[in-house]
Amino acid sequence: MSLLHLAIVLPFIAAVFVPFLFKGFRSVHTGWFVLLVPLALFIYFIQYMPVTSSGQTVSQTFEWIPSLGINFTAYVDGLGLLFALLITGIGSLVVLYSIYYLAKEKEALHNFYVYLLMFMGAMLGVVLSDNLIVLYMFWEFTSISSFLLIGYWYDKERSRYGAQKSMLITVFGGLSMLGGIVLLYLMSGTFSIRELIGMSDQLMADPLFIMAMLLVLLGAFTKSAQFPFHVWLPDAMEAPTPVSAYLHSATMVKAGIYLVARMSPIFAESGVWLWLVAGFGIFTLFWGSFNAVKQTDLKGILAYSTVSQLGLIMSLLGLGAAALHFDTLDDNMYMTATIAAVFHLINHATFKGSLFMMAGIVDHETGTRDIRKLGGLVNLMPITFTIAIIGSFSMAGLPPFNGFLSKEMFLTGMISVFELDLFNLNTWGILFPVLAWIASVFTFIYSIKLVFKTFLGKPQFDKLPKKPHEAPIGMLISPLILVSLVILFGFFPNLLANSMIKPAVESILPSLTDAGQEVYVNIYFWHGFTPELFMTLGIILTGIIMYATLAKWQGIYNRIPERFTINGVYDNGLEKGESGSFRLNEFIMTGYMRSYLIYIFAFFVAILLSTLGVRDAFAIDTSNLAEIRIYEVVLALVLVAGAITILFAKSRLTSIVLLGVVGYSVALFFVFFRAPDLALTQLVIETVSVALFLLCFYHLPEISRKEERMKFKIGNAVISILVGITVTLIGIASYSNQSFESISQYHIDNVYDLAAGGNMVNVILVDFRGFDTLFEICVLGIAALGIYAMVNFRGVRRQKG
Amino acid sequence: MEILMSIVVGILFTSAVYLILSKSLLRVIIGTALLSHGAHLLLLTMSGLKRGAAPVLMDDITSYADPLPQALVLTAIVISFGVTAFFLVLAYRAYQELGTDNMEEMKGNEPND
Repeated sequence: MSLLHLAIVLPFIAAVFVPFLFKGFRSVHTGWFVLLVPLALFIYFIQYMPVTSSGQTVSQTFEWIPSLGINFTAYVDGLGLLFALLITGIGSLVVLYSIYYLAKEKEALHNFYVYLLMFMGAMLGVVLSDNLIVLYMFWEFTSISSFLLIGYWYDKERSRYGAQKSMLITVFGGLSMLGGIVLLYLMSGTFSIRELIGMSDQLMADPLFIMAMLLVLLGAFTKSAQFPFHVWLPDAMEAPTPVSAYLHSATMVKAGIYLVARMSPIFAESGVWLWLVAGFGIFTLFWGSFNAVKQTDLKGILAYSTVSQLGLIMSLLGLGAAALHFDTLDDNMYMTATIAAVFHLINHATFKGSLFMMAGIVDHETGTRDIRKLGGLVNLMPITFTIAIIGSFSMAGLPPFNGFLSKEMFLTGMISVFELDLFNLNTWGILFPVLAWIASVFTFIYSIKLVFKTFLGKPQFDKLPKKPHEAPIGMLISPLILVSLVILFGFFPNLLANSMIKPAVESILPSLTDAGQEVYVNIYFWHGFTPELFMTLGIILTGIIMYATLAKWQGIYNRIPERFTINGVYDNGLEKGESGSFRLNEFIMTGYMRSYLIYIFAFFVAILLSTLGVRDAFAIDTSNLAEIRIYEVVLALVLVAGAITILFAKSRLTSIVLLGVVGYSVALFFVFFRAPDLALTQLVIETVSVALFLLCFYHLPEISRKEERMKFKIGNAVISILVGITVTLIGIASYSNQSFESISQYHIDNVYDLAAGGNMVNVILVDFRGFDTLFEICVLGIAALGIYAMVNFRGVRRQKG
Repeated sequence: MEILMSIVVGILFTSAVYLILSKSLLRVIIGTALLSHGAHLLLLTMSGLKRGAAPVLMDDITSYADPLPQALVLTAIVISFGVTAFFLVLAYRAYQELGTDNMEEMKGNEPND
């Protein structure tokens, strides 16, 4: 186990100590101890930056289950490192923020930090694993820890609802992803992502390829809240705000993005990939931004905004796949799309993290997150306002913040679809820039709304639960660091270009860089009077006009009935599923023995008869039959008559006597069939059984003693006749198909020589197959003890009496 | 003879299944007793009937009835007797405790909502 492995599991190890620190040092906020972990990890991972930026990678293997090809291979390349730095960097800031956000007297901090550390370790494992099974394991760890964090305030009903919803959706996706992983393994024989990338050409030709791709994408889309699986994210906002900032903006929801980027080299040659990833991405972008405008809760706006921005990154990754169809990088415009995706990923983490923290501060200081109650906070909370305005303007894509740069690159990427004559993009591709533009307008509107409705406008402090004031400085540190990064990356984007973005892009498109070509990342503000610039101007103009007239067109949001929304479908589906299975259960599990027996017999008949039919197994062979004599026929008639008359017997006494008739006829048959021991035993046992039956009959309760004939039931009759026919057919068919001789000749030959006995049946019972007899004796012994116990031990009744 | 016995066994099974599906506990037990009779006869039939003398070693007889299925049936008879006896006493106790032998009334009242 190398240092790198230790770094990945360090949060898990640290989580073990959190409860002790919480109980042992009540006066210190537990968060201070926890803060050391992500800080140390961040510093540790920074050291890898020179390695990856020079194009090198680091790979360490720790053998876990080598016989199954499952090894914990930690692999650091540009993409993995980018995510690791995001996770540890924002993780430190979030822990710092949570120290001031969560009060140490009131909150169950030991739970909170255990879950948070568990999540951090899981996320690091996801982004730094080369083995797909290990990746999946960490993937589910993120689902579980996210579930625990969303349900942190478990006494609130909405928290539990949100936690359950996110769990169901992400675990559904996770399991699909596992299916995709297994298919990939079947195709290639390896779980290693790097080996899979090497085999991508061979995989393309496999019939399972598309299926594997769909399943992996299902995992990525559910985790990254792509349409229509985005519904869990807004409900996950019931989590404490540090959690929302960390999991639901910067890290966990980007796990799907990571997966798509990581698997791009394997799948991206296919046109299906491009259309699915780019198509779902662009629609999610539109749908998220469209719905964000109608939200009235600060975190609701931010949740839908996150959905929308994730769609943006996803669509860029999809279009970036087109780059693989070109041989050179010089005139490769689609490279821009991948660069934009990576750049926006970083930008989004910075501004969305700060905005969530801003929302948390507003909530903390005013007691509400409802923008209808907020307003005019600018004078009371100037620092928070600054954070909000920088974050929102960056989100809206306004200069001079980093969001502007990535938005421009995004538009460049979208416009470039026109020049591509692959996979019908030159015709249907028009949808991409159009949807992108509309979505950007809505993004502008909700970003503006977020700031203006909260901080400007008429103050209405009387509606607030608390008297608002500026937040303590500790709470402001983290968002301030994040917004300074927003500005820093805005003015000096090339700080990131070679250290972070270039190695990440090279990991996403390895086949191009392997050919010895280099990725040039050069991000700049001014690129002349390009179409993108005019699109941005159009976005700003249209956005301002639409924001001003918001009240007039807001009505369209109420046009969609609740049932047809995706939340409605989810809720209804869950409810219908539950009530449906309850009804099905009620219908099948009646509680009556008779129904269950009918199921059993019906399946018995159906399976055996259909097997007989399908296999064409029925045969009658008359060559090997014993002859029939008249007294045997008579005895058979007596037996059958006895068995059938039982059914019509009115009194129980008659049935018991008829059962005795049947039993003695069977004994007679044993005589005819040369089985003296059987006949003897049968006679004795039948006598005792009939005596027992009569005992039961005598003790029948008075109330139901009135004798009545069995009521005829057609269903019972059909089932029993079918069972009888099946048994007869099987008997005849199997007798006619005898394939080898009996082994009894051995017993006959050796009964005297080996076992010194003349009675073969008895010798078989006690010598050749004596074990059967031993346990048959056990059965009788147990039955006797059981009967004794039943008759004698009547504890319950006595206590009651 | 084997075909005739197969049909007899089929009829035994039919009666037995019909009884098992009835309401009265006593009839169910009668049904299981019939079912075991059917099974024993089927076991014996399937090995071929009347292939020679009873399986007791005697001089100058070479052909015997197959002893192995007879041993199997003997074991089965004893076991089914043990189980039937247990069931009967169980039914008898059920009459005493519950005061009914109607299977339909023996439905536990589960507290499902």
